[in-house]
Amino acid sequence: MSRRSSPVIPGFGLTLGYTLVYLSLLVFLPLAGMFIYAAQLSWSEFYAIVSAPRVLAALKLSFGTAFIAALLNGVIGTLFAWVLVRYRFPGRKVIDAMIDLPFALPTAVAGIALTALYAPNGFVGRFAADLGITIAYTPFGITLALTFVTLPFVVRTIQPVLADIPRELEEAATCLGARPLQVFWNILLPALLPAWLTGFALAFARGVGEYGSVIFIAGNMPGKTEILPLLIMVKLDQYDYLGATAIGVMMLVVSFVLLLLINLLQRYVAKG
Amino acid sequence: MSILSRRFSLFAGVLFATSAITAQAQTLLNVSYDPTREFYSDFNRAFNQHWQAQGNEALQVQQSHGGSGKQARSVSEGLRADVVTLALAGDIDQLHTSGKWLAKDWQQRLPNASTPYTSTIVFLVRKGNPKQIQDWDDLVKPGISVITPNPKTSGGARWNFLAAWAYAKQAYGSEQQAQDFVQRLFANVPVLDSGARAATNTFTNNGMGDVLLAWENEAYLTLKEHGADSFEIIAPSISILAEPPVAVVDRNVDRKGTRVVAEAYLQYLYSDVGQRIAAEHFYRPRNAAIAKEFAEQFAPLKLVTIDEFFGGWQQAQAQFFNDGGVFDQIYQEQ
Repeated sequence: MSRRSSPVIPGFGLTLGYTLVYLSLLVFLPLAGMFIYAAQLSWSEFYAIVSAPRVLAALKLSFGTAFIAALLNGVIGTLFAWVLVRYRFPGRKVIDAMIDLPFALPTAVAGIALTALYAPNGFVGRFAADLGITIAYTPFGITLALTFVTLPFVVRTIQPVLADIPRELEEAATCLGARPLQVFWNILLPALLPAWLTGFALAFARGVGEYGSVIFIAGNMPGKTEILPLLIMVKLDQYDYLGATAIGVMMLVVSFVLLLLINLLQRYVAKG
Repeated sequence: MSILSRRFSLFAGVLFATSAITAQAQTLLNVSYDPTREFYSDFNRAFNQHWQAQGNEALQVQQSHGGSGKQARSVSEGLRADVVTLALAGDIDQLHTSGKWLAKDWQQRLPNASTPYTSTIVFLVRKGNPKQIQDWDDLVKPGISVITPNPKTSGGARWNFLAAWAYAKQAYGSEQQAQDFVQRLFANVPVLDSGARAATNTFTNNGMGDVLLAWENEAYLTLKEHGADSFEIIAPSISILAEPPVAVVDRNVDRKGTRVVAEAYLQYLYSDVGQRIAAEHFYRPRNAAIAKEFAEQFAPLKLVTIDEFFGGWQQAQAQFFNDGGVFDQIYQEQ
């Protein structure tokens, strides 16, 4: 009896074929279409569009806020996952279900609600304003919206991995004389890191492209709180399809390189 | 993965829903811009009665609303609109240039340059007008916070910008002085929302700013919604005549065989009934007699038109709002 004779799903050919068709129709074709369309531009034209000062400012803002938001979620999300997996308390199931709400909520609704809350006369923003801090209509507000929208990624990637780490590992380490911090640093962290990186990468990639929630809280001031997706919308409103595509292609390439780096790091960590 | 597949099934559901709609016989799709939602749902009901009274079958009018530019793009990318009722002539011109969806002379096919109703830009201030804002000059004073959406993404915001420019040009004379004026005005703008409704929300619900530059009909809607004890409308000495035009989309009505009903639909906007419904929704009617009936509701103010003052939309768009235009310049200089 060879192991190959009893696959769960029928036929390698069928499943791979389906995967390729599905991926082509939904992912490769639209992306390839973008690149082909952008190829009408010469290199110098392309460079002139993507190196305009406003585009560069938006690039820094979009990738910067998405990075910080992903990092914040890396900390908060891990904490959430830890509480949900390691402790039993009343209402745990409800909180567990609530984690996914940012995905279900239309992002525009999230944006409007957050703005109302954190605007200078909002419920929370009022107190911040007393301290001299403006949250809405600043990069701080953008980061906040992104943190909200991408919250589930880190929690949901960490949760199952954390649940699978046997308690005995920690107990054994403690028996061998490890202090709590050492247990965390040497036992838990290495086991969690690959999943953590996945969650981080997902949150980061989602944050870079986010439009609906950010647009209400950003303030959209040219050169200051203008995100890249807004610049694409601006170009489209001028029927400048090429300019919009050029920015889109640039975003894709930068995101792809960053995600590739995270993947390589993950592989290195997993082997480590 | 489960999220992906859920999204996909939603998407498929939407596809099926729209194809089911287009399969029905007597339907008409009106693709419009954002603030006309309530107006057209009333107008559609009235037109349907009129249409059936003439011995026709009942008609199902579908409405689609969104930013004017985005709506025009949807139509040029294949949304089967029978008629378009958009915020700017430029967006309908685009339908001709992008794919000959309608004839080049579309604007001559109906009276008043195909604009059955007009609107203008007014100021909305907080009750009692605490900052004493009466005219455009008050907006550039230090310490005044002005809310307007982003002219790059909002049709309404472009009208705001042009109204301010028209004032400054008349008051101070030169283009350079007009540019200095709008630069000072935008230095007082703390937030540039992407659309008119979002800006209204920022002003009314989030409490930002001392004055909102708004469509006249939006300003009245806000009063209606929040009660007249929280805001008031101030009419400046001069403003711009906003002309949102309407047109039949030739290629779509010929393919669907709906030309007769589509043309009757737009004609009916000019009838007494149509003009009155427009006025009830705070659009200024073209018909002088109906306009008189509603004279109390529309403050008399000096209105300049975009054709006379700016040489038409295409020129205004290129000069002020395209990349590198005046709007970009005033932000680069800051």
